[in-house]
Amino acid sequence: MSSNLVAAGDHPVYDYKVVRQFAIMTIVWGIVGMGVGVLIAAQLVWPQLNDIFQPYTHFGRLRPLHTNAVIFAFGGCALFGTSYYVVQRTCQAKLWGGWLVPFTFWGWQLVIVLAAITLPLGYTTTKEYAELEWPIDILIAIVWVSYALVFFGTIVKRKTSHIYVANWFYGGFILTVAVLHIVNSAAIPISWMKSYSAYAGAADAMVQWWYGHNAVGFFLTAGFLGMMYYFVPKQADRPVYSYQLSIVHFWALISIYIWAGAHHLHYSALPDWAQSLGMVMSLILLAPSWGGMINGIMTLSGAWHKLRTDPTLRFLVVSLSFYGMSTFEGPMMSIKTVNALSHNTDWTIGHVHAGALGWVAMISIGAIYHLLPILFGRKEMYSVKWINIHFWLATIGTVLYIASMWVNGIMQGLMWRAFNDDGTLTYSFVEAVQASYPGYFVRFLGGVFFLSGMVLMAYNAYRTAQTPDSVDAKADAKPQTV
Amino acid sequence: MSTFWSLWIIGLTLTNLVLVLWVLLANRKVAVRDDETPENRTTGHVYDGIEEYDNPLPRWWFKMFIATFIFAGVYLMIYPGLGSFKGFYPGGWTQELELKRHQQKADARYAEQFGKYNAMPIETLAQDQDAMKMGLRLFANNCAVCHGADGGGNHGFPNLTDNDWIWGGSPEKIKETIVQGRKAAMPPWAAILGDEGIAQTTEYVLSLSGREHDEQMALVGAEHFKRNCVACHGADATGNPMLGAPNLTDDIWLYSGEPSGIRQTLREGRNGVMPAQQELLKESRIHLLAAYVYSLSLPYEDQD
Repeated sequence: MSSNLVAAGDHPVYDYKVVRQFAIMTIVWGIVGMGVGVLIAAQLVWPQLNDIFQPYTHFGRLRPLHTNAVIFAFGGCALFGTSYYVVQRTCQAKLWGGWLVPFTFWGWQLVIVLAAITLPLGYTTTKEYAELEWPIDILIAIVWVSYALVFFGTIVKRKTSHIYVANWFYGGFILTVAVLHIVNSAAIPISWMKSYSAYAGAADAMVQWWYGHNAVGFFLTAGFLGMMYYFVPKQADRPVYSYQLSIVHFWALISIYIWAGAHHLHYSALPDWAQSLGMVMSLILLAPSWGGMINGIMTLSGAWHKLRTDPTLRFLVVSLSFYGMSTFEGPMMSIKTVNALSHNTDWTIGHVHAGALGWVAMISIGAIYHLLPILFGRKEMYSVKWINIHFWLATIGTVLYIASMWVNGIMQGLMWRAFNDDGTLTYSFVEAVQASYPGYFVRFLGGVFFLSGMVLMAYNAYRTAQTPDSVDAKADAKPQTV
Repeated sequence: MSTFWSLWIIGLTLTNLVLVLWVLLANRKVAVRDDETPENRTTGHVYDGIEEYDNPLPRWWFKMFIATFIFAGVYLMIYPGLGSFKGFYPGGWTQELELKRHQQKADARYAEQFGKYNAMPIETLAQDQDAMKMGLRLFANNCAVCHGADGGGNHGFPNLTDNDWIWGGSPEKIKETIVQGRKAAMPPWAAILGDEGIAQTTEYVLSLSGREHDEQMALVGAEHFKRNCVACHGADATGNPMLGAPNLTDDIWLYSGEPSGIRQTLREGRNGVMPAQQELLKESRIHLLAAYVYSLSLPYEDQD
């Protein structure tokens, strides 16, 4: 390999401790967040499960706990951990920031624990995906700025001439999420755990969905594309397909995504022009989104056979297929006439989970399986066979989930708009709810599949950490802790 | 929208789109110059062992990207989107106008059918099987949430099938209730009667419908009732439909009829609300609904 780097083995000592901490917590919070998800899915099938311990176990309180836990705890830990790993290795520099590094870990865990306490207690700003009250929001902002300092500090210290594409995406994600969080969380506190949004009416809704959709665009897309750009070529041991494509789709993705949030407010009090722009930008977003998928999947050309033997690579590649699918579905659903059918139905929930389970969770799981042996100084995971079983549990779970929600969503949309010849509605609302039961059960089943895969992963990780292994791992796979 | 903000929106939108287009076009040519084996050229960068090929943008992807730009351009010419520019949609496009167009179409389509029923008096309509089928559907979608799918009511929401009417049960009164809505106001008595007075009045109210009660307390309660309650519920406690004051002698309870429930009603008062449907359902549907609600309490043999 021709290289503009210092020779292998000559690189500095990396900080793996924080990466290991985040990797472990990714699995832990994954199980917690998905466990709550399975519980609330069960509540929709068996409503009496709301009464386990009222009012704390009510669906309305657990649902934000589920979304916060999977997005910010599970997804967040995966992003922190992998970005700290990737930025060190692709910059050939140890993490900058000293005590700021452990602070980001413990600070983020504190945020998660506070969320897990306050949400079931009923403290909420009522802003979706931004439910946490203002004192926690301030803590998030402080941790996030520290994260940015560590990340960009390390970039500044890099020993490579260029910045690798994975770091563009991680960097874009970190900066934008800081802006989104601070602007959307602006509020006037009236007591320790109660505040009112700084915005009102349609403007408040627009700010909320500007935030909400870019939580998807930057937290759940750009950040995980950063992950993809390191772990896919690394695991496949192939060069990235196209540098040109990286450039074009990076700039297009980050500049267009910012506009798309208005498609959450079609046919609302939002002015017509803003709705139209939201829709048009969402459609333009299709090609930039797919750029990442093409670059990832085409990286495998010449290495397809590896999929037969490497279940970790399978996770990574299948996550890209789900990514491509949901980023096609998204622009379609943003078209006003399609949205008129899909809005407020289970289709939206299916779409989100095609992204959340299929893309975000699967790529994180793949990346963690890549990392664990390196972080624990093992040649490979305790059981590669279990990775394969996990892969199938996750894939079947995701397919059950999204297929049942497609069926439910389209059925609900059609039932709600069905008219009789006399101009009355054909179905009452409760009939659509009743017809949704089978789908709710299949969705619950999909969740159980996915969750059981995570439990297997946790056990595999535990055994990997415990088993004394011959440390004849590759030279660059040695544990290098401070 | 002021001219400034309009220009601001147009400027931001077009600048962003033009810049993206420029990045796309500028990178289109870069790699194509490669002669023999374009598949095997890398950029020369290596990061932690990862190299990057210099492959050109996939052609189909490039075309798809351009196609979305063309769509965006056309769409923004037709519909509002670029600031205060309204678009060239014939007759103009706003979501309110679109709704109106849909409503006009629907009105034209259903006018004949509803028109026929509008001309019929409610008593006759209540015997018309087809009309009552429509009424049932309207009821299921608009009323059942509170009054129950069978009209049997719920705690705080009256039973519509028992021929006991709080606001009057004539066809005209039923229609009036649906059109205007109703607001009941039973004031709280805790401050005036005190705990003991409330307990005594409760016993008297129980005695009115022949329920088990404490004679001694009821006697005192009767005095409280005379002083405070007859204004609305009447001296004989049979209620007053003008005020929505329920009959207290028929052992039918809108809220709880348990002693504890009656005490709560007396202590805290009740403020039942039936929302006005005038703006939501329009005259023709309300006429049908009134007939349907009227039909619910008709003697069984009169119902189809």
